[in-house]
Amino acid sequence: MARQPSPARVLTTTVAAWIVGFLIFFPILWMVLTSFKTELEAFSTPPSFLFFHWTTENYAAVQGRSDYVHHAINSIVIAGGSTLIAMLIAIPAAWSMAFAPSPRTRDILLWMLSTKMMPPVGVLVPIYLIYRNFGLLDSRVGLVAVLCLGNLPIVVWMLFTYFKEIPKDILEAARMDGATIGKELVYVLTPMAVPGIASTLLLNFILAWNEAFWTLNLSTSQAAPLTVFIASYSSPEGLFWAKLSAASTLAIAPILVLGWFSQRQLVRGLTFGAVK
Amino acid sequence: MATEQTRGLGRILIAPAVIALFVWMIVPLVMTIYFSTLDYNLLNPGSESFVGLENYFYFLTDPAFLASLQNTLVLVGSVLAITVVVGTLVALLLDQAVIGRSIVRLMVIAPFFVMPTVSALVWKNLLMHPVSGLFAWIATSLGLRPIDWFAEAPLLAIILIVAWQWLPFATLILLTALQSLDEEQKEAAEMDGARAFSTFFHITLQHLARPITVVILIETIFLQTVFAEIYVTTGGGPGLQTTNIAFLIYSQALIQFDVGTASAGGLVAVVLANIVAFFLVRIVGRNLEA
Repeated sequence: MARQPSPARVLTTTVAAWIVGFLIFFPILWMVLTSFKTELEAFSTPPSFLFFHWTTENYAAVQGRSDYVHHAINSIVIAGGSTLIAMLIAIPAAWSMAFAPSPRTRDILLWMLSTKMMPPVGVLVPIYLIYRNFGLLDSRVGLVAVLCLGNLPIVVWMLFTYFKEIPKDILEAARMDGATIGKELVYVLTPMAVPGIASTLLLNFILAWNEAFWTLNLSTSQAAPLTVFIASYSSPEGLFWAKLSAASTLAIAPILVLGWFSQRQLVRGLTFGAVK
Repeated sequence: MATEQTRGLGRILIAPAVIALFVWMIVPLVMTIYFSTLDYNLLNPGSESFVGLENYFYFLTDPAFLASLQNTLVLVGSVLAITVVVGTLVALLLDQAVIGRSIVRLMVIAPFFVMPTVSALVWKNLLMHPVSGLFAWIATSLGLRPIDWFAEAPLLAIILIVAWQWLPFATLILLTALQSLDEEQKEAAEMDGARAFSTFFHITLQHLARPITVVILIETIFLQTVFAEIYVTTGGGPGLQTTNIAFLIYSQALIQFDVGTASAGGLVAVVLANIVAFFLVRIVGRNLEA
């Protein structure tokens, strides 16, 4: 029997929670508001919160000045490509570890996890030199490869935790009915595995989209995704707050929406199943 | 029952992932170890020579290393303290009866999805700018002197930005853990006459001990390699005030092109990360058996 909290208490906690939520969200809100101001208003003190001259000129200017679309396409290709390839490598591996575990499965999983803990800066020098020698610097292929390998351990782990939850009895039943491994895969496992695969795909796309170590170090212009494009606003001559805000809003809006859908998976993916 | 057939198939299926990760980990690591024993500068090609452990000696005795180690520890420690303490409080608040909780939760989680370069530049300019930033305006309105964040307290500024980015992670994990705490357990304790305070300390905090450990370990791994936030705001400066180990190695490698020293530094970073990773892998491994 759950006790009903008193109305006064609900009111207090509600108000407190909304204030906290608003404060945490505020920098993003402020950025979005600034993106609709003129450069002059964006910089003015005291700041105007809502009663300014709303304009969308910054959004047009961002595209005109720096070819936003080019970098957005790079982001999509790099985040999407690296995620898809990682899935192709990881699905068979996670499937076999979840359904045909060997005595070594646990060690392999933990070893994979440990590769994720290697700081990228530890291998920056060799990767940079290899890329330079093979002409992979500032190339989409190069970034797809490095992000794919960097996220592979998380992909395998997430898929593994999902696949493990598929009841084994169903497989036994299918086998009793004489299903071959191929049929088992197509008719029994796939439908049950789709939600887990979709969540994994989503979270890793987000992680790859926001990755800002390899992208900053290995790309400059041609292959530069949005992380690098935004970083170009850090130069002193790029001190255009309204345009910075407009570019930033465009860069994070799609991922914020995807991210909100993947809250639950976030916990699971980033704690390697240690918290569910 | 896994048959011989499925086991053989299992090995084939797992092979690409294992080989890919093995190559990804071993090849660069071996190269890093090899480079770390060379006197090798990209600006001076063709003059590489074996110098043994000299690079390590040079890296570890460089005053920049001690400064950056200290900055790394302060950065990691402060962000951990802020995110765990504030995250626990926010999670406890959101675990109460709140009207519109799912919307509040969305607002709290949002910063985690903002790419590091965006959060760093938005904070640096829109909020922390000493003249036109919002914080400066708030300080002036309250009759205080505005802080020139990146000149007077650059490391603190970085800490605040990074803490804002990681607060949602801590909150979300702790909230998930709280929601799995059995309501009945709490009520049983209250029936036994336990006061709210002791319920909190004995049951809730105990229940949160493991997720808090997980948060600390995972954040430590990622916070050791904070890079983009420093790269776009301070560039490690002023002086070395915001240079952490990751940024120090980056600047040795790609600004000074000193491959030998940067490689030695890279291995030092790997060793430091492994100390934390060791504990995390043990906790996760224990969980795997359950």
